[in-house]
Amino acid sequence: MGEITKGTVQEQARRIFICAGSGCISSGSRQVADKLQQALDEAGLNQTVPITMTGCHGFCEQGPIVVIAPDDVFYCRVQPEDAVTLVEQHLVQGQLVESLLYRDSQTGERAKSAHDIGFYAKQQRIVLRNCGTIDPEQIDDYLAREGYQGLARALTMTPEAVIEEVKRSGLRGRGGAGFPTGLKWSFAAGAPGEKKYLVCNGDEGDPGAFMDRSLLEGDPHSVIEGMVIAAYAIGAQAGYAYIRAEYPLAIQRMQIAIDQARARGYLGESVMGTDFAFDLQIKAGAGAFVCGEETALLASIEGERGMPRVRPPYPAIKGLWGYPTNINNVETFGSVPYILRAGADAYAAVGTEKSKGTKVFALTGKVKNTGLVEVPMGLSLREIVFGIGEGIQQDRPFKAVQIGGPSGGCLPAALLDVPVDYDSLIAAGAMMGSGGLVVLDDTTCMVDLARFFLSFTQRESCGKCTPCREGTKRMLEILERITQGEGSMDDIIALERLAGVIKSTSLCGLGQTAPNPVLTTLRYFREEYEAHILEERCPAGVCKALTKFAIVPDKCVGCTACARVCPIHCISGAPKKVHTIDRSRCIGCGQCAGKCRFAAVVRA
Amino acid sequence: MEQVTLTIDGQAVTVAAGTTVLAAARSLGIHVPTLCHDPDLTSEGSCRLCVVHVAGARTLMPACVTAVMPGMVVQTAAPEVVEARRTIIELLLANHPNDCLTCERAGTCALQEAAYAYGVRFPEAGSPLAGEKHQWPPDESNPMLLRDMNKCILCGKCVRACAEWQQRHVLDFGFRGFATKIVADMDQDLIGSSCVYCGACLTVCPTGALLDRRSIGRGRPWEREHVRTTCGYCGTGCQFDLAVAPGQQGKRQVVEVVPTAEAPVNGRSLCVKGRFGTGFIHHRDRLRQPLIKKDGQWVAASWSEAIALIADRWQAIKADYGSDAFGVLASARATNEDNYVIHRLARSVFGTNNIDHCARLCHASSVTGLVASLGSGAMTNPIADLAVTDFFLVIGSNTTESHPVLALAMQKALKRGAQAAVIDPRRIELAGQAQWHLQLRPGTDLALLNAMAQVIIAEGKVNADFVAKRTENYEAVAEAVKDCTPEWAEAITGVPAAIIREVALAYATAPAGAIYYTMGVTQKTTGTHNVMAIANLALLTGQIGRPGTGVNPLRGQNNVQGACDMGALPNVYPGYQPVTDEAVRRKMAQAWHVPPESLSLQTGLTLGEMLDAVDAGTIKTLLIMGENPVVSDPDSDHVVQTLQKADFVVAIDLFMNETTELAHVVLPACSFAEKTGTFTNTERRVQMVRQAIEPIGEARPDWQIITELAAAMGQPFGYTDVAQIMKEIAEVTPSYGGISHERLAVTPQGLCWPCPAPDHPGTPRLHEQAFTRGLGRFHGVSYLPPAEQPDDDYPLILSTGRRLFHYHTGTMTRRDPGLAALYSEEHLEMHPDDAQALGIGDGDWVQVTSRRGSMELALRITDAIVPGTVFTSFHFAEALVNRLTNPARDTLAQIPELKVCAVAVQKIAAPEGYQRPVHKRVLV
Repeated sequence: MGEITKGTVQEQARRIFICAGSGCISSGSRQVADKLQQALDEAGLNQTVPITMTGCHGFCEQGPIVVIAPDDVFYCRVQPEDAVTLVEQHLVQGQLVESLLYRDSQTGERAKSAHDIGFYAKQQRIVLRNCGTIDPEQIDDYLAREGYQGLARALTMTPEAVIEEVKRSGLRGRGGAGFPTGLKWSFAAGAPGEKKYLVCNGDEGDPGAFMDRSLLEGDPHSVIEGMVIAAYAIGAQAGYAYIRAEYPLAIQRMQIAIDQARARGYLGESVMGTDFAFDLQIKAGAGAFVCGEETALLASIEGERGMPRVRPPYPAIKGLWGYPTNINNVETFGSVPYILRAGADAYAAVGTEKSKGTKVFALTGKVKNTGLVEVPMGLSLREIVFGIGEGIQQDRPFKAVQIGGPSGGCLPAALLDVPVDYDSLIAAGAMMGSGGLVVLDDTTCMVDLARFFLSFTQRESCGKCTPCREGTKRMLEILERITQGEGSMDDIIALERLAGVIKSTSLCGLGQTAPNPVLTTLRYFREEYEAHILEERCPAGVCKALTKFAIVPDKCVGCTACARVCPIHCISGAPKKVHTIDRSRCIGCGQCAGKCRFAAVVRA
Repeated sequence: MEQVTLTIDGQAVTVAAGTTVLAAARSLGIHVPTLCHDPDLTSEGSCRLCVVHVAGARTLMPACVTAVMPGMVVQTAAPEVVEARRTIIELLLANHPNDCLTCERAGTCALQEAAYAYGVRFPEAGSPLAGEKHQWPPDESNPMLLRDMNKCILCGKCVRACAEWQQRHVLDFGFRGFATKIVADMDQDLIGSSCVYCGACLTVCPTGALLDRRSIGRGRPWEREHVRTTCGYCGTGCQFDLAVAPGQQGKRQVVEVVPTAEAPVNGRSLCVKGRFGTGFIHHRDRLRQPLIKKDGQWVAASWSEAIALIADRWQAIKADYGSDAFGVLASARATNEDNYVIHRLARSVFGTNNIDHCARLCHASSVTGLVASLGSGAMTNPIADLAVTDFFLVIGSNTTESHPVLALAMQKALKRGAQAAVIDPRRIELAGQAQWHLQLRPGTDLALLNAMAQVIIAEGKVNADFVAKRTENYEAVAEAVKDCTPEWAEAITGVPAAIIREVALAYATAPAGAIYYTMGVTQKTTGTHNVMAIANLALLTGQIGRPGTGVNPLRGQNNVQGACDMGALPNVYPGYQPVTDEAVRRKMAQAWHVPPESLSLQTGLTLGEMLDAVDAGTIKTLLIMGENPVVSDPDSDHVVQTLQKADFVVAIDLFMNETTELAHVVLPACSFAEKTGTFTNTERRVQMVRQAIEPIGEARPDWQIITELAAAMGQPFGYTDVAQIMKEIAEVTPSYGGISHERLAVTPQGLCWPCPAPDHPGTPRLHEQAFTRGLGRFHGVSYLPPAEQPDDDYPLILSTGRRLFHYHTGTMTRRDPGLAALYSEEHLEMHPDDAQALGIGDGDWVQVTSRRGSMELALRITDAIVPGTVFTSFHFAEALVNRLTNPARDTLAQIPELKVCAVAVQKIAAPEGYQRPVHKRVLV
């Protein structure tokens, strides 16, 4: 380390990639770019070292990320003031800037490039392959990476053969439910009618999920290419990319990409010179979680309130404006170009028997490495959490992983070896969902977590069907009561009864899955509920109403710090003597614990 | 139709493919509860109460939206199904006020019913499901509807009814989650929203969330009786039930109007007037006793005194001046039976044909023009044909305001994909929904219609086969329109030639094209020619005599068609049998047991001519039944002066009005709620009107009053009940020959005439094989400008029309507190360009003056009107627009040119203390 392979690579190959995903932009990557450009100008390198603004690298917590070719040296947390150093030291002197390289938290070693970092080592990037390596606003960058080759091949095939190829690839819908994509296409293709629509569902709404946003921002042409292939396969003439309005950058880049694709003949009256015609427009969503449900999404495009409609008829038969419509998720479309370009077999070689290919997850929570990861189907939760994520922050005990967003479930440590594929997750009571993966440690109260997700689904319930609208409200109230220490064991019976009815009678997927966080936490962490109800205790110490503090006599030195900070003066004890907390008066604010320098104040 | 066999609760059942599980279950007599399902609305499957167990399904399935599948095994009462339903009901009760004891809907509430059926109670305090309940303040902002969203179960039926029945889209779901509620527009109080108070939401509401405010506290559901009857407002012919309940002193009162799915024309749709406009029935202003004017003062009298006095005076007048000293105004609002009897009085007792009614003011030119062209003056096709039309022209009809429920069929046709063109000087609601709006200058219709004919001929779109086989006199029209190019018409009408061409071709080439028109066409000095020009278009293109086609004059008042049919016209006996025909005279004389020579062979005088005759002193006495010519006829000041000249005027009415004030004796009549008879709607459908309550005070049905007058004049008619009258009508009127009250009692859809025999099904569509007159006849007619043109002194054109919330001269609607509040005063519409030129602002008061008179009212500035024209309605006697209108008449039909006169407008000070209404529902 320390040296850069100088001389073996031509000067022209030197290039700076700066992440311009939403995450890095928020951390200041545009300012970094400005300063780097300035430094290049001053060093006279502006003609020889171009800067490329790329999409998301996935390792957002390490942003702003700057990669310098050749050798793909991976600099993280780069600040504007580092610009001169990077130019002088790396480009002019040919020396790595050690301080900006990623440092492994276990070994303390610096990593030179992405593939030296644990976070990236176990990933397999098919969908995200261009994110971070091309300028998403330049179609030529995409073309240079075999862009639109999948479409070119598809256009030489019959639509039926394209559908067959996708069927053989084993691709399943990445929006969460995992319906086989090729089969879905065959429904729309076979639906009677000349006029058909294609819709891309980019209404990513799960808390903490940003897979679709990153792909739209980082490689919009891959989504467009996937859509054009799908349109060709089903015979659609027009398409909509439904992207939530909270993703302004994704909308902007998608629009640029659509315009460029149209200008180059990948969209429009004659796609790639054939007589196949297809065009595409963006519909910005208005911020309702339920619009991720396909029928609600269609209603929203039609200008109606985004509320799910009863299926059947399925959109494939009667969709947008009443015409046959195929809807797929962003990531699903993003997977399609590879399948057509490399072939179904290449894609099907990745993953498990029933879940093929890769899946992108938004890895968040109490894990060390957070960010966007793309892994082959079938990787175990353990490999994701402890391999890619490198374990729990501060090495606290792992408690659970919440997978699948508000519709998903919480899986305990005992299930860490469950392979991440559609069917295994369902069997465990969770679901793939769109790919949110939240890692929880012992400081998370599972009742409170269930309450959080219920408050989300209740707030986002469209209000149409009774069980979802009224039932989630009552479930939420019960959970609130339990976290307030006012629950009873009857409440658990009521929760299970309501959950059962809501799951079996709700109109759409939102309601049918809304009880999942409650059901899985009851299934795997029932003792926490019972502790709240029977012992008036929150084991994780999260529920304020149930949290009390006590002083461990052996550790107390009688410094009086706790007594002085207590807002209700319930701590007594003479200086230099052991203090005590009056539990009956303690309000659980925790200020005493914060002040104690001897770890003598504990939750009790 | 493909059949599907499935098993429900162990019973095999075979139904048509596409049937829902709900319908299949019900066909087996299995009850599946529903809250959001309604047979007349699309199914959303949202309440989830109807869930059933379907073998193999992942979840329980909503029966109302699940189609049957072969071999399906359904259980409607499996334990998990019952558990789910009980839970859903309990969840609804958990957020529902526990006030069933005092709730208006108790007994008819669907939630109550479900709770009862499943034995579910309100969650007790402290139980797991007890929690937050909504505490929204009720919306009492408007006079019609009470909206208590705390009782709403969010079934969404009101949202669908508003959209699907009424095409209004006022209501929708708002907010999310538990906070979801049904909102009007962007969550406004109803009074501030775009609601038109049709009451569709109220009709479908399963709980007490929506109530008719005026019926609250006026009787429990089980105390109410429903009486099926026909609406007394416009000519659409809506039916509904009058809900009556015992009121003060045990007298039955009308407490609510309840729509019924069995209504043939309207189904469960109604407009604001039909649904809520019943306030006049029990109004304190109702005449309760006969009144005799003595020394300029009204004095109450007994019936016998009043009738004796009238008979006395009439006998003297007949002796002194003869039969033609009598003039009779019949009524387009009274029943067929009432009109028949008054026409008999005029002809056989008075011996005159001087009988007319306000059809003279609306469709006299239609009758004259269409009889000449087609042989029959009525609407050729049923309203229901709008469901199959491909293109329709709407000329001079603000349908959504004047015939609101009929307009729904037009709006549904548009939604279905039919095309339409609206010809109107104002951008009325329908103009905004149609593909074309031809905003012509008032009074230039004939130029436009002739230009359309010219295009059809010039572009070779004449239906030559039809013209050859079914018409005559084609050369006349070809000659008359040969120079009427669209460019020529553009100069006159202001409508671009290209649009005229486009619309003419769209009509001519549509597989089924129809024309609907009203008074924008007829109330002109060229009214009859306008109508003939319309008939020419239909004859040229063959767009007549088939489903979805036709020439369709929309009749204005509830029974204006029937009053004409009953011979309340100066030239014809019932069924349009000429008074000049000796054979007809003999038949009538025989039916009435009078000598034929006692019946006049002389065509009588029309409405305007009668007033002229009073003015001239040849008519000495007038009998006016349910008409208000002072307000409805042109040149009001002149009408007043004329009536004051009459020796003796008898008026029969519900209320004192501007006309009855000028009478000598006023007799109190029954409203439609107090009598039995028939109305004939605009599509010739004869429907029953049924007595729901006892007459108010000493009021009597018109037919009974007239029968007594006839008896007092020495000619007892012998009617003891109203069905006898219809029996006589059928005997003397070929087109009504098969109609009787007995038959109508078992024919809920009514009967469309011609219905010549008791076994004849009626004739919804005319001219299918041949025209009534044999061949359809073309008439060459030429454009003439209106009688009065704007000049320097009177620079603007005034046109008149109607408003949704009021009816005719306002005697009924303005006595309904709700209608009166929603539209409390009239205004003048003026284009912003004119207002600016005149220096008048929105809301300012103006004086409008014509050569005949003036009126004062507030101004409303709107760009919906053509510059150079102003518009108002004739509903308000305070803003008596007919003081200004021009009595110039069409020479063929004697209809006055109410639609065009020249006026001047100037700004004046508002009346002292005047406050502009805060909420006034204006549609244009």
